[in-house]
Amino acid sequence: MVDTKTASGQPERLQLLRVLGPAHIWALGVGIVLVGEYMGWNFAVGKGGMIAGLIACWVAGLLYTCVAMIDSEVTSTVAAAGGQYAQAKHIVGPLMAFNVGLFLVMAYTMLEAANAITIGFLLDTVAGMQGHTGLHQQPFIVLCVMFLAWLNYRGVLATLTFNLVITAIAFMAIIALFLSVQFGVSSVPLDFSAVTTDPMPYGWIGILASLHFGLWYYLGIEGTCQAAEEVRSPARSLPYGTMAGIMTLLIAATMTWYVCSGLIPWEYLGQAGTPLFDAARVTGNRGLMVLLFIGTMFSTLASANGCINDASRAWFSMGRDRYLPIWFGAVHPVYRTPYRSIIFLVPIALIFALGAPLDQVVTFSILSGLLGYTFMTFNMVMFRRKWPLDTIKRGYVHPMHPLPTIVLLILCATAYVAVFLGYGTQLIAMVSFYIIASLWFHFRRYRYVRRGDQFTMPWPRPEGY
Amino acid sequence: MAYKPPKQSFAGQIFDVITLLVLTVGALYLPLYLGLAGAAKTPAPIANPTWEALGQNATEQQQWAALGITDPAAANDIITARFDYSFSWVALVVMAILVIGYFVLVVRLSDREYRDVIAERFGAKKK
Repeated sequence: MVDTKTASGQPERLQLLRVLGPAHIWALGVGIVLVGEYMGWNFAVGKGGMIAGLIACWVAGLLYTCVAMIDSEVTSTVAAAGGQYAQAKHIVGPLMAFNVGLFLVMAYTMLEAANAITIGFLLDTVAGMQGHTGLHQQPFIVLCVMFLAWLNYRGVLATLTFNLVITAIAFMAIIALFLSVQFGVSSVPLDFSAVTTDPMPYGWIGILASLHFGLWYYLGIEGTCQAAEEVRSPARSLPYGTMAGIMTLLIAATMTWYVCSGLIPWEYLGQAGTPLFDAARVTGNRGLMVLLFIGTMFSTLASANGCINDASRAWFSMGRDRYLPIWFGAVHPVYRTPYRSIIFLVPIALIFALGAPLDQVVTFSILSGLLGYTFMTFNMVMFRRKWPLDTIKRGYVHPMHPLPTIVLLILCATAYVAVFLGYGTQLIAMVSFYIIASLWFHFRRYRYVRRGDQFTMPWPRPEGY
Repeated sequence: MAYKPPKQSFAGQIFDVITLLVLTVGALYLPLYLGLAGAAKTPAPIANPTWEALGQNATEQQQWAALGITDPAAANDIITARFDYSFSWVALVVMAILVIGYFVLVVRLSDREYRDVIAERFGAKKK
């Protein structure tokens, strides 16, 4: 995107090319999220048992279906790059937009750190299987983050195209494992006896608690709306692509639960770093092990790459709008990438990747996502109130309003309680962080923001203002 | 008349960057580093563990072996570890107040800022 001069001498920002269709939106959503099948979701089994893991998978699927419905309406109308950040600027206000920008940055940066931890853990596991115990994971974690940051620094088109290919391979690996196990390739049979002998080790409170990590199956699907400005037909592509993505992930998540729960004792599964690779190990089939090793590597690399891309663009957008020092709003003169934002976020990702356990980092990412979904509920209500259906042209109107909003709010409230059970300190730390950051923004930073520039949509004045 | 923001000095920008870094690391990483945060999952290992005593059937024993754990003592901590979900209702209410209070704070302050934005974009509201 470059600036040119108009006839009047005013700089005019060129529009992004509208080249994407529903399939691209589907690929974008599934590409970022698929890693959730390869690691992290299984902590839901640890928090509540085998049955709880499956219930969490489906309840979280319902939560994300509501997210997709709401997001499709708002995004197909606020068709601007930046997704929820742009929505918050136009519907709620600058401070909310600053918070939503931070949610996106923290959710994606922590997901990037989780991916790097998983790569280090996987290499350590494989080295141990080859007889080289005690592998130092740290150099691989640093190498992974630095390499992907460098790729993003140099330009993103080729790496995101490559992302689509490796995501497809990772998705096929899950299907191949499922079919192989069904057709008797595994030397160890599927065993679901824990469903009857130890169905709910924590009782119903475990079912509730497991929803916390159930979100990990789908976290990031809302990233589809980041491409709103580049979609040919937002009214058609965004809802179709996002809903198709949710359905794909629901199927993949259920298959993942089935294979892993059948092949791995739930106590081990509940704390495993790479559950799908572990399931392949249990089959005793070397081909499957190699395939799932590749699948885990590809899904984590693709996700981390997408995370650096999305987090740096959110940070860059906030810099460009002066929500953060404008120094971050710079574009590289040659590569046309937000290079300062990319570099700035590297040490933050590394601090958490090198110094925090996987479940804690995953929790920070989930919490930022959860705060973002909570924002969507009142954002939707305010959107319909400020611009009723007949006042502006919407690309898509989601049915049954306000039912999805109410269901989403109830599920978000339940998810907060789920996080509180076992990870309450992280919840308090995270919310305290956002409160302090909000006060910092409102009382110090906002003075540098140009007021009128925060509303760019060609809409009428909002009702009530 | 449109609001003209002051130009921030380079030193001021550096100060803001450092503030954000300190805030992120201080609020999120320090509690982890100091061991103040963490899941309350603690093992309750049994004496003289056997697979049967740990509740693992023949197929599950095969699965443990395939995962590289053939000695039940090595699986003792993993199998017996449990979260402690006992909680104080006061802590739950504090958590709820914190989350709700956070959103109320952000929406109210945002609304004040939003009125400035709308006034500048659309002009003062006609009475």
